Amino acid sequence: MMQLFSGLSILLIGLILVTVGLVLYRPGIFDRMIGIGVIGTKTTVLLAYVGVVFGRPEAFVDIALTYGLLNLVLALGVARYLRAEGEAQ
Amino acid sequence: MNWLAAFLMLWGAFFFLTGTVGYVRFPDCFTRMHAVGKSDTLGAFLSLLGIACYTGWTLLSLKMIFVAVFILIANPTATHALARAALASGLQPWVRRD
Repeated sequence: MMQLFSGLSILLIGLILVTVGLVLYRPGIFDRMIGIGVIGTKTTVLLAYVGVVFGRPEAFVDIALTYGLLNLVLALGVARYLRAEGEAQ
Repeated sequence: MNWLAAFLMLWGAFFFLTGTVGYVRFPDCFTRMHAVGKSDTLGAFLSLLGIACYTGWTLLSLKMIFVAVFILIANPTATHALARAALASGLQPWVRRD
């Protein structure tokens, strides 16, 4: 079971690295914001996996919850900012 | 209970993989939102539910289920806000030309 957790963590790290590469090298602010949201969601799940692998899931699930909340606040704030920017032009 | 947890987590990993393939290969900002907003939400929900099944019926699994339900609500909200902002800023959706 631990091997499954470790394998899924490594798969998630690979997907996060692919997304980071596209966020860095693909133009377009909205594409980048979607990529950042994807990274945030995957990191939330990765923190839960890593907590189980390290044997301390109680500590890591709180960090995962905080990360998910920050992800939502970031996406909503940037969406509002970009919308005001688009209407100003 | 372990079999159920492994089943849920493997389906979650499948949906994560599908969402990332969509993010890499789709041609447009809106189509990428379409791919990522749904399959990533379902992948995170299933993965966290699988971990909650693995840890058993404790306060920890209750927190996991809370995080899963929060992602189920928050992720489509964020995608919707971004899509509205993209539409308001004058981005044209991709259409097939042939």
